[in-house]
Amino acid sequence: MIEVIRITYYIMNEFLQIRLLQVLPIGWNFGWSLLLIPLLPFAGFLLLGLFGRKYIKNSAGIIATALLLVSTVLSIYIAYVYFFEYGKVMGMYQKFVPIQFTWLEFSQGVSIDFGVLIDPISVMMLAIVTFISLMVHIYSLAYMKGDERFPTYYAFLGLFTFSMLGLVMASNIFQMYIFWELVGVSSFLLIGYYYNKPSAVAACKKAFIVTRFADLGFLLGILILSFHAGTLDFNTLVQRLTVDGSEELHSAYTSTFLGASALTWAAILIFIGGAGKSAMFPLHVWLPDAMEGPTPVSALIHAATMVVAGVYLVARMFPIFSMSEGAMHFVTYVGIFSALFAALIACTQTDIKRVLAYSTMSQIGFMMFALGVSGSNLKNGSLNYSGLGAGYTAAMFHLFTHAIFKALLFLGAGSVIHFIHSNELKDMGGLRKYLPITNITFLIACLAISGVPPFAGFFSKEEILLAAYQHKALIYWIALITSGLTAFYMFRLYFLIFWNKGTIVHGEHHGEGGFAMMLPLVLLAVGAAFAGFIPFGNFVTADGKPMEVVFHWQFSIAPVSIALAGIFTAMWLYRKQNNKPVAIANSLNVFYKAGYNKFYIDELYLFITKKILFNLVGRPAAWFDKNVVDGMVNLTGNTTQLISEKIKEFQSGKVQQYAIYFLAGVIGLAVVFIYIWK
Amino acid sequence: MQPGLYHILFISAALFFIGVFGFFTRRNLITILMSVELVLNSVNLNFIAFNKYVWPHKMDGLFFSIFVIAIAAAEAAVAIAIIINLYRSHQSIDVENAEEMKF
Repeated sequence: MIEVIRITYYIMNEFLQIRLLQVLPIGWNFGWSLLLIPLLPFAGFLLLGLFGRKYIKNSAGIIATALLLVSTVLSIYIAYVYFFEYGKVMGMYQKFVPIQFTWLEFSQGVSIDFGVLIDPISVMMLAIVTFISLMVHIYSLAYMKGDERFPTYYAFLGLFTFSMLGLVMASNIFQMYIFWELVGVSSFLLIGYYYNKPSAVAACKKAFIVTRFADLGFLLGILILSFHAGTLDFNTLVQRLTVDGSEELHSAYTSTFLGASALTWAAILIFIGGAGKSAMFPLHVWLPDAMEGPTPVSALIHAATMVVAGVYLVARMFPIFSMSEGAMHFVTYVGIFSALFAALIACTQTDIKRVLAYSTMSQIGFMMFALGVSGSNLKNGSLNYSGLGAGYTAAMFHLFTHAIFKALLFLGAGSVIHFIHSNELKDMGGLRKYLPITNITFLIACLAISGVPPFAGFFSKEEILLAAYQHKALIYWIALITSGLTAFYMFRLYFLIFWNKGTIVHGEHHGEGGFAMMLPLVLLAVGAAFAGFIPFGNFVTADGKPMEVVFHWQFSIAPVSIALAGIFTAMWLYRKQNNKPVAIANSLNVFYKAGYNKFYIDELYLFITKKILFNLVGRPAAWFDKNVVDGMVNLTGNTTQLISEKIKEFQSGKVQQYAIYFLAGVIGLAVVFIYIWK
Repeated sequence: MQPGLYHILFISAALFFIGVFGFFTRRNLITILMSVELVLNSVNLNFIAFNKYVWPHKMDGLFFSIFVIAIAAAEAAVAIAIIINLYRSHQSIDVENAEEMKF
C-alpha cells in the first residue's frame, strides 16, 4: 500500500509537475490524505451517478455514507493534528500549502492553481462540513427511503460535498471561484430534486439565477484584485496587498472609480458574490424558495454549509477587506440590516421551513457584521489588524455553532414534516406526545440559537455582540433587538409545533422515523449543547495568534434577558391555543401584512425585471436584434443570392464561351501590361 | 523582294487568328483540334523566324519548335482519346452537345 502511494507520488512529482510546495512536518503522506477528503465524495458521486439507478439502487445510501464517513474521520483527524500537534509554529497557527499545481498560467505569476490551503478556518470548515454532511447522509437514509431517485439524491449530495470541500480548501481565488460555481450547480440540482413539482423547478431556477448574478460581482472583484496584485494565489495576494507601502497596494489604493479606490471596489464586488450565496439583502430572495428541496438538503446546504460560503469568503479575504474601511462598513451594514430584516419576516411566516430559512439569513447577517466590525482598528494607516480581530473569531465561532444547531433545527423540522406530511404550522400542534426525541432536540437547538446559556449559541452570539459593542453602539443595539426577535420567532415555532392545539393524528402513525433519523438529531443536539465551551479564540483568529477571549458575565445580562423576554413572550402567545396572536397581528395590520409578504421584495424584483427591464431593455433589444442585426445578416444573404443568380450564366458549360472569356482576359491583360503599367 | 521577318510574322499572326477563329466557331471537335494545331504551328513559325533573323548564331528557337511539335503530337493523342470517349457517351462529337458541366 505504502509502495503504491510512493509510486503515485513519484509519478505526480516527475511527470505531472505537481509539487509539494511546503511539506508539512508530518510528511508527505499526510498531504495526500488531504486530497482524499474531497475526492471520496466525488468518487461516490461518479459511482452513484453512473451506476446507481441500475445496479446499486438499494445500497446507494450506505455506500455514499461509508465514503463520507472516511472523509469525516480524515478531516477530524487532520483538524486534531493541525490544531494540537503541528499547526502551531512559534505560537502562531501557520498557513500551509501542502499540495499545489499550476493549471492555467496566464502570465508570469498570474495563474490558476489547484492546491490545498491549510489554515485554521479551512481546517475548521473541513471538519464541520464533513460532519454535517455525514449527519445529513445518515438522516437521509431514513428520510428519503423509498424515493424513486434515491441513488441520484446521494450522487448529488456527494457532488455538493465535494465542491464545498474544494471551495474550503482552495489555495487560489480562481480555484475557489470554480468550486463556488460547482456548489451553485449542486445546490440547483438539489433544490430542483422534485423536478415534477413546478414550484421546485421555479425555485431552483431562481436560486441559480440570483446567485449567478451575484457571482458576476465576485468575478469582477477577482479580476480587479488580480490586475492590481498580479497574482491569484491567496497567500501571495494577502501578502502583497497588506504590506504597507508595497507597489501593489499603492496601485490598488490610488486608482479610483466613483470616489472609491480599486481595493474598496474589489472588496465590495467580492462581497456581493458572497452576499449572493449567503442570502444577504437584497440578494436573499432565493433562500426561502430554496426550501422546496428535500429537508435534509436544506439542512446541509441552505443552513449549515453552502450559505456560509459568503462568510467564509470574506473571512478568507479578511486581511484585504480590513485594508479598506469602506468595504468593511459595507459588509457591516448589509449584515446588520439583513439580520434585522430577516428576523422581522421570520416572525410572521407560517411555513416551518421558511421561518428557518429567514432565521438562517438573520444568523448569517450576524456573522457578516461581526466580520465587518472587526476591522475597525484600521485607523491612521495602521495596518496591524491583530489587536481587535475579536469579530473575526466571533464570526467563525458563530459559523461553527450555527452550522450545528441550524442543521439540528432543519433535521428536526424534517422529522416533523416526515410525521405530519405538511410544512404549514397550522397543521401542527401538540406534537410533543408523538415526537419526544425531536421535541427535546428541537428545544435544545432553539435554546442554542436564542442564546440561552450554556448552549452553544450563547457563547458565539455573546462574542459577536461584544465585538459590535466595542465598535459602535448603533450596531450593538440593532443586534440586541435582533437576537430578542430570534428568541421570539424560534420559540413561536417551537410552541406552535410541539404545544398549542392538539393535532388529530389519523389512525396508525409511523412514529419518529427510526434510528437513522434519531441518531443525527441526538449527536447534533449534543453538539448544540456543548460546542460553546470550545475555547475558539485559542484556535481561530485573524492573525493566527491565540486570543484570550475574556468572558464578562455582566455584559451577558442584557442579551440573555432580552432572549428570555422573547422566549416568554412566545410562550405567552403560543403555548396554548388562543386568539392573542391574531389580535396582535390585526392591530399591527399593515406592518404585519408587509412582514408576511416578506416586505414585497419578491414583488419588487418582479416589478423591476418584468415591468422595467423587460419593457425598457428587453423588448427594444429584441426589436433591435430582430430587425437590425437579423436584417443585416439577411441583407448580406439576399444580396449574395441575387448577384449569384445573375452571374451564374457565366458558367454555361460551353467550352467555346470559356475560350472567348480566356482570350478576352489575355487581351485585356496584354493591354494593361503594354499600355497602362509600362 | 526577299521575304523578311515582317512577312513571316504576318503569316504567323494570320495563321494564329485563323486558328482562334476556327476554335471559336467550329462545332465539330475534330475541327477544333485542327484549329488548335494551326495556333501551335503559328507559334512554331514565330520561333523559327526570330531565331533566323534576330539570333542567327543560336539554336534555341529551333529546339523550342521541336518541343512544340512533340507536345502537339501528345496533345493530339490525348484530345482524340477524349473525343472518342465523348462520342461513346453522347453519340456525337459536337461541342454544343457536351455542356452538362454548368451551374
